[in-house]
Amino acid sequence: MQFASLFLEPRNGDTAKDRPIRKAASLLVAILILSIVLFASFAALRYQWNWEAAYRYRLKFLEGWLTTLKISSVSFIFAFIIGALSTSCGRSRLLPLKYLSSIYVELIRGTPLLVQIFLFYYVIADAANVQNRYVVGVAIMAIFSGAYISEILRAGIEGVSKSQLLSAKSIGFTEYQTFRYVIAPQALRSSLPALDGQTANLIKDSSLLSIIAISEFTLNAQEVNAITYSSFESFFPLAIGYLIITLPIMRLSRYIEERLKFDT
Amino acid sequence: MKLLLQDVVKSYGGIEALAGLNLAIDDTSCLALIGPSGGGKSTTLRLLSGLEAPTSGSIRINGQEIGRDADQRRLFRKQVGIVFQAYNLFPHMTALANVALPLEKVHGYSKTDAIQKSENLFERFQLEDHMRKKPAELSGGQNQRVAIARAIAPDPDIVFLDEPTSALDPEMTAEVLDAIYTLIEAEKRIVIATHQMGFAQRAADTVALIAEGKLVESGSSKQVIENPETPRARKFLEVCLDRQ
Repeated sequence: MQFASLFLEPRNGDTAKDRPIRKAASLLVAILILSIVLFASFAALRYQWNWEAAYRYRLKFLEGWLTTLKISSVSFIFAFIIGALSTSCGRSRLLPLKYLSSIYVELIRGTPLLVQIFLFYYVIADAANVQNRYVVGVAIMAIFSGAYISEILRAGIEGVSKSQLLSAKSIGFTEYQTFRYVIAPQALRSSLPALDGQTANLIKDSSLLSIIAISEFTLNAQEVNAITYSSFESFFPLAIGYLIITLPIMRLSRYIEERLKFDT
Repeated sequence: MKLLLQDVVKSYGGIEALAGLNLAIDDTSCLALIGPSGGGKSTTLRLLSGLEAPTSGSIRINGQEIGRDADQRRLFRKQVGIVFQAYNLFPHMTALANVALPLEKVHGYSKTDAIQKSENLFERFQLEDHMRKKPAELSGGQNQRVAIARAIAPDPDIVFLDEPTSALDPEMTAEVLDAIYTLIEAEKRIVIATHQMGFAQRAADTVALIAEGKLVESGSSKQVIENPETPRARKFLEVCLDRQ
């Protein structure tokens, strides 16, 4: 085998017995390139590494990471409910509901999350007299993410072809049965990749909750940085901590997508 | 089966697909709707099968008015079977589930009975090897036969077929026409919109030629296809028979 072919995707028809070797070798090269760039950058900085200081605060990292995980999961559940509600309002024949849904989606998608967090925390939550900032945090993330999920679900539902609806009609399905057995399963499947991306976004975006002093992962890392004056030792674990959550989610979704694949 | 259509108009966004269609057929077991594409035969079939309501006019089958009320039309659709040109099977279910699900959810069969009955139909149409496959894994002819099985599974009074072979190559067309012949042998009442003149001539006892949104001519298939009375019918049939 030629050395160069070690790094080429096997062509169609090629016997690809060495596929795992090619994969490993190529992955290694990619990682090597990235590492060289990173090391070169840090070498230029002449940075004094102080991992010990950061290590002393490992529990703080862990607590923050767990908080982020909790806030994100609870937010996602509510975001999905809000998104589904907004989608069904958007499809309603009752016009006020329809407008409510589209105004909600456009306002949320049209403004920065940071602005929403400030407004919601200092105006709405204050007026509603909600004291627990974690409740506020979950509410903000759910409302924010819900708008995107609403759009994702809408696109999924609209993607179900007219002929499918006609077919459902022809066999005597009621509107509910059509939704339950024809629209929902297909819409959910086609929405999976986008929903998964949105979940990863939600987890990353929850870092902005640090500005209203919710002790999630990012805030805790910032605090460690402030105490120990070791920024990189605080922020590297931060990046890795987020990857530990987001990478499996993306993998899982790709796996499900692959399994449920069908042509229309 | 007795059909009566009076002054039926159907417009889609200002365009009249049917412009006052009148058709009276006293007794037929297999009616073929023929005519040029865009002439209104598929629209007629959709109205007859209760998929859509006419804009105006009245439609009666065996004395029963196919109403404008959506729920009433749904109940009517439960009693009939409908087959589409593009099969319209649900792509996320196996072929078997496509047939069994309506039996279970619409017609009140238990799950095991629904599956049993569907399996029998797959055997009847020589599709037993394909029950567990999804529509994308089947050929057009196989899909259309599954669609026919789905339509007749609940033992409907009437089966409506909307150009069931138009999307198929000649071999698959023969396959599907064979399946339709078995329906006729089983004494199902059939209304079929078709471009297959040979099939209309052989299988249908009655033919209605629809063009430009109106009825051109109707009568026994022999009479309409072999001795058309009107110039419009003659013109259409000459073109059709030339091409066969």
